Amino acid sequence: MCPSEPVKHPEIVPTGLDYVTSVESTEVVSIQENYDLWIDGAPTKPSTNRYFQTVNPATEEALSRVAEGGRKDVQKAVEAARKAYNGAWGKMQKSERAKYLYRIARMLAERSREFAVLETLDGGKPIKESRDFDLPMSSAHFFYYAGWADKLEYAFPGLGTDSIGVVGQIIPWNFPMLMVAWKVAPALAAGNTVVLKPAETTPLSALAFARLTAEAGLPPGTVNIITGDGRTGAELVEHPDVDKVAFTGSTEVGKQIQHRLAGSGKRLTLELGGKAPHIIFDDAPLDQAIEGIVNGIFFNQGHVCCAGSRLLVQESVFDALMDRLKLRLRSLRVGDPLDKNTDVGAINSPAQLDKITRLVEIGQAEGATMYQPPCELPERGYWFTPTLFTGVSQSHRIASEEIFGPVLSIMTFRTPAEAVEKANNTPYGLSAGVWTTKGSRILWMADRLAAGVVWANTYNKFDPGSPFGGYRESGFGREGGRHGLLPYLEGGW
Amino acid sequence: MSTTVSTALRTSLPDRSLTPKTVASYVGGVTPVDEVGVTERAAALSTRSVKRESKLAALDLAIRMCDLTTLEGRDTPGKVAQLASKAVQPDPTDPGIPSVAALCVYPNLVPYAVEALAGHPVAVASVATYFPSGQAPLEVKIGEVEWAVKAGAGEIDMVINRGAFLSGDYYRVFEETASIKEACGTAHLKVILETGELSTFDNVRRASMLAMEAGADFIKTSTGKVSPAATLPVTLVMLEAIRDFYARTGRPVGMKPAGGISKAKVAIRYLVMLAETLGSDWLTPDRFRFGASSLLNDLLMQIRWIQEGRYQSPDYFTKD
Repeated sequence: MCPSEPVKHPEIVPTGLDYVTSVESTEVVSIQENYDLWIDGAPTKPSTNRYFQTVNPATEEALSRVAEGGRKDVQKAVEAARKAYNGAWGKMQKSERAKYLYRIARMLAERSREFAVLETLDGGKPIKESRDFDLPMSSAHFFYYAGWADKLEYAFPGLGTDSIGVVGQIIPWNFPMLMVAWKVAPALAAGNTVVLKPAETTPLSALAFARLTAEAGLPPGTVNIITGDGRTGAELVEHPDVDKVAFTGSTEVGKQIQHRLAGSGKRLTLELGGKAPHIIFDDAPLDQAIEGIVNGIFFNQGHVCCAGSRLLVQESVFDALMDRLKLRLRSLRVGDPLDKNTDVGAINSPAQLDKITRLVEIGQAEGATMYQPPCELPERGYWFTPTLFTGVSQSHRIASEEIFGPVLSIMTFRTPAEAVEKANNTPYGLSAGVWTTKGSRILWMADRLAAGVVWANTYNKFDPGSPFGGYRESGFGREGGRHGLLPYLEGGW
Repeated sequence: MSTTVSTALRTSLPDRSLTPKTVASYVGGVTPVDEVGVTERAAALSTRSVKRESKLAALDLAIRMCDLTTLEGRDTPGKVAQLASKAVQPDPTDPGIPSVAALCVYPNLVPYAVEALAGHPVAVASVATYFPSGQAPLEVKIGEVEWAVKAGAGEIDMVINRGAFLSGDYYRVFEETASIKEACGTAHLKVILETGELSTFDNVRRASMLAMEAGADFIKTSTGKVSPAATLPVTLVMLEAIRDFYARTGRPVGMKPAGGISKAKVAIRYLVMLAETLGSDWLTPDRFRFGASSLLNDLLMQIRWIQEGRYQSPDYFTKD
């Protein structure tokens, strides 16, 4: 019964059953050859006359050509949004607005399979995740904020219920549809109108959503979708008739936006990067902590701003944890995102794959020890094997820079105080995870961790009723919950 | 019983040099389990999509893993004989359907089961140790086990002393289980934890470790007489305990979820969980069993559905 000499015996390899491929049908989606901009409730040709390709990152096949919005198009979209704000949407009874939001929520739920497949085709995330997380959560956000639309006076007593006006929103490629919901639902619930720019690699679900709002009868101009790259986004940010900007994306771009808006009087909220500490104490439920770690860093290929990318393990359980973690990695199924049994899908773009590859090379050059499970990657498409780094120091770049990929940097600590010190030793402050069976220690840690969200004995848990957002270089403002209304009400963030 | 079971599993006898103190500290050192996390992991594994050839292979395997069971006060030699025939040939119209692993009965019916199964590859399993409550003196339990083994049972399904476990007398649980193991001789031992009475996952993991240390060849969730019986989360906790025990000792222990598994769809979820936790070496009746009575016919119906593209009426499958 006492720990003895290591025993030699055949290794357990958790392979799974011999699953035949079980691919979700793509017949539910119809993708147009070309997509124009969506302005004033209708497709609108871009003034630039230019279109860019969006590809399926799992196959490198072109899916569609999407309009590149220029200055004149942003002007048109903002004008349409202003017209709707001064007219149909802005003057509408709050209880009527709620009906539209409920309708959108229901329609998203009804068409969730179609949107999930589209999301997976355009972004590369496993259908399991778009089906079980992105779409249900998108619909849930609309349901949640629909409930607030006619109860705003109870949200922040004393603040009033005035909306702001025309809101410019820029969203990233990691959760394209969910970010539409996070941005649009609270903005509309508070009575604003929207011009939204999806990421250039994942515009399709936002464009499908635009058509859904038309089917829902949303007054034209209430939601406008402008596609394009960073230049289009910059036009939107700088447009003088935009009253508020909400941005989710990299810290680098977030800083540029903040610079540009300084002195403009425009309101701003930023949801930026992170390098979240995920802390495992020696009394943690180890097998469940393993699931939390895997979910924390390999969910959505690690393309998650709140990914638990810095694992801090108490030294006394390091070996026991690493054995389990390596074993668990061998059962991860990397491949075709449309296969219902795929756990880790494709990297979103060649640019992101380059960035991940470069940082992993730097990690090796810095002297950290790399572990990758045996893993066969498809020939075409953009892929990266789930990767662990041990022997990582605080001073290594892989311990401080956001990799935004399936790469986990593992460090150790000895005492709770040391865990807090290492956890907070970062410019970011978005999220953190703590695993321990000791309730008092969870509270002690949560008090001291500089993070907008602290998960205890779980990770990556979301609910529309719970606010999400960061400190420090992870941004400011909250999305979700009652707090998520504040950025869209006069006198709020 | 199949010889592979006894050779593959009976590699070590319990360490009898232990004291109440060492056993208590061992149990205290067992890694805790988080209920929410286990339940989520089990639910996530349940979304695996098992289709066509994979499904057919899984259904075939599930049949070969069945411990076809009848444990009722009204059981008779006649009923046992009927069930034995079903165990050997679950579907008389399809010779491709394999036999089940074992027929599981009360001790006094073992002689009839042995007689009915003579010459067939189906093992005779007997519950013992005053199943299902286990509330009897140890000598009486040992006597029952010896009787069943002598009557020809190749597998013994014992119950642990839950009263002792819940009162913190882990040493007694260990001692009793180890004594039963010795009484089994060459028969192989499945230890029923009755997880529905242990109530917490922490207790299930501790009891699993204790049973394996005491020499269990299999650990088993339930008697089927207490609700909840087998669930996916509780089985996951036990599979992870088996994995950790194997990593430390090199002795592979089998797993038997029992009670409440009546649908083929659910059986496949168990096999998914088994394969993703312990790997393909455990995908054999030597290391995994289903304790079930009504599951077998649903497995047969699903196989027929895959082969013929339509469901048959349950009337086309024999009850016994």
